[in-house]
Amino acid sequence: MTTHLSASDLTCRRGGTTVLTGVDLTVEQGSRWAIVGPNGAGKSTLLRVLAGIDHADRGEVRLRGRPIEQFRLRDRAREIAVVSQHEQPPADLLVRELVVLGRVPHRSPWSTARDDDDLAVSALARLDLGGLADRPVDRLSGGELRRVLVARALAQEASLLILDEPTNHLDLLHQHELLAMVAELDLTVVAAIHDLDLADRYFTHIAVVHDGGVAAQGDPATTLQPELVRQVFGVHLTRIAHPSTGDLRLLIDP
Amino acid sequence: MSRTSDPRRVPVPVLTVVALVILVVSLPIATALGSTSIPLGDVVDVWLARLGLGPDSSATSDTIIWNIRAPRVLLAAVVGAGLAIGGTAVQTLVRNPLADPYLLGVSSGASVGATAVITLGVLASAGSWALSLGAMIGAVVAAATVFGIAAGQGGLTPLRLVLTGTVLASAFSAIASYLVFRSEEPQAAQSVLFWLLGSLARASWDQLLLPVVAVAIALIVLVLFRGWLDALMAGPDVAASLGVPVAELRVVLFVLQALLVGVLVAVAGGIGFLGLVVPHVARLLVGPLHARMLPIAALAGAIFLVWVDVAARTLAPPQDIPLSVVTGVVGAPVFLMLLGRRRYRFGGEG
Repeated sequence: MTTHLSASDLTCRRGGTTVLTGVDLTVEQGSRWAIVGPNGAGKSTLLRVLAGIDHADRGEVRLRGRPIEQFRLRDRAREIAVVSQHEQPPADLLVRELVVLGRVPHRSPWSTARDDDDLAVSALARLDLGGLADRPVDRLSGGELRRVLVARALAQEASLLILDEPTNHLDLLHQHELLAMVAELDLTVVAAIHDLDLADRYFTHIAVVHDGGVAAQGDPATTLQPELVRQVFGVHLTRIAHPSTGDLRLLIDP
Repeated sequence: MSRTSDPRRVPVPVLTVVALVILVVSLPIATALGSTSIPLGDVVDVWLARLGLGPDSSATSDTIIWNIRAPRVLLAAVVGAGLAIGGTAVQTLVRNPLADPYLLGVSSGASVGATAVITLGVLASAGSWALSLGAMIGAVVAAATVFGIAAGQGGLTPLRLVLTGTVLASAFSAIASYLVFRSEEPQAAQSVLFWLLGSLARASWDQLLLPVVAVAIALIVLVLFRGWLDALMAGPDVAASLGVPVAELRVVLFVLQALLVGVLVAVAGGIGFLGLVVPHVARLLVGPLHARMLPIAALAGAIFLVWVDVAARTLAPPQDIPLSVVTGVVGAPVFLMLLGRRRYRFGGEG
């Protein structure tokens, strides 16, 4: 396995408080990392620094072995696509137009590639969203908008996908659908996830962020230990077998 | 663009042709109308003769048509297009639908310069150019101040720009008011007010070149950077993750709007509402992508101001009504109607 993205000794101060201290992370090609942690643990800052749209005060992020600052902005954007938590595109933008924005890093600002529109439509089709292409974005549900933003990431043709709380405000079915869809994309994924069960189920690795540092990382089964979860989240965790499938599931109790 | 099947949108090529035809037809009609009306045939004869497309015109109104009305009508078209483009640039820069071209302090700086010329007689050596020159200097000083303060405090973010622009606009207005107040010129207050509310009465062929160049440059630059502007409209983080150099793009937008609006204010004073409303109308017609809406906004702004100026010249002859009086009466209800449309919002900061 080759290393896709790595962070070493990341430290970030924002407005006088230290948000991240000494974070080390190595993301292999094709792995899917869930970043979990309580509110304010530094998940969003970590993702922004990993995506290269924010900079660390100390330490460095390497993309394919090269320091991320050395990439031209456009080259970096062809490598990393970001789906953020708060994006609210202009209401009267059509879905197809929103997805075409993913082509921005693939062309100089003053040129229009003729096949951009086709790529956008095929990205939508890949996620079964073809029927939404001509809908204005304000007529989308929250779940549809997240999936459309993933389609934009596909149109961006990046191999690394960074998702900030992709399942926030989605109903249960859409949470599962979105993460299952992302898992099938054959991309390297780093996502901030609130729900430990979703993180456990859809990701190959978990990093537990606590007080600006990584408290534990590795595969889900060994990382989400009851003792650690109690310390970090203040809840009790039990792994039990699903009565009909036998898969291990997480039970959370206060 | 052929695949735009959204029923709420008008195809851009069709709309462009329609708008161009309306503009071309409006120019001679607007030239014919005024405190004294001139037969449309005379206007067309003079225009064709002067453009070398027809025999010399024998119309007695040749001077009025060519030296007074024609530059004024053309200046109205250019300033109207420029304000629509400037409004679009500022709205994208600050991601705010209530932004107008005068938001970032440029026009209030210009008003200090113009007021100084009117009340103190500074720049008298510049003759008929004094007012424009004073306004231009004031605009540049104001823009540089807003830029310096915003950049010094950490960058040209929307909130910082809006606050800095608004605060400095009040300060500049205060200076302008003080200049009027202490002036012993009895006509000063009225001259300043007339200029502040916008007028094309001083239009001449000499004054046309600079705004034409400024509007053309602004339109070309904005259309060239359309992809980046679309990304910025979706949000600064989105733009950054798409590889757009957000900070640099904001500097380009700021400098561009400052120069454009500075030139427009210098030749025409302050004209309210147009730069706020016309970009909205263009977005409603063809959607928010800059490549589509910029040309439509420019054409709509041109047509609108040509007819606003006709109204200003003909409603209370022989007096000119300030342009902002007309644009305000027309623009306010239009804007309220736009706000009433539920789905009309812009960006996340609405």
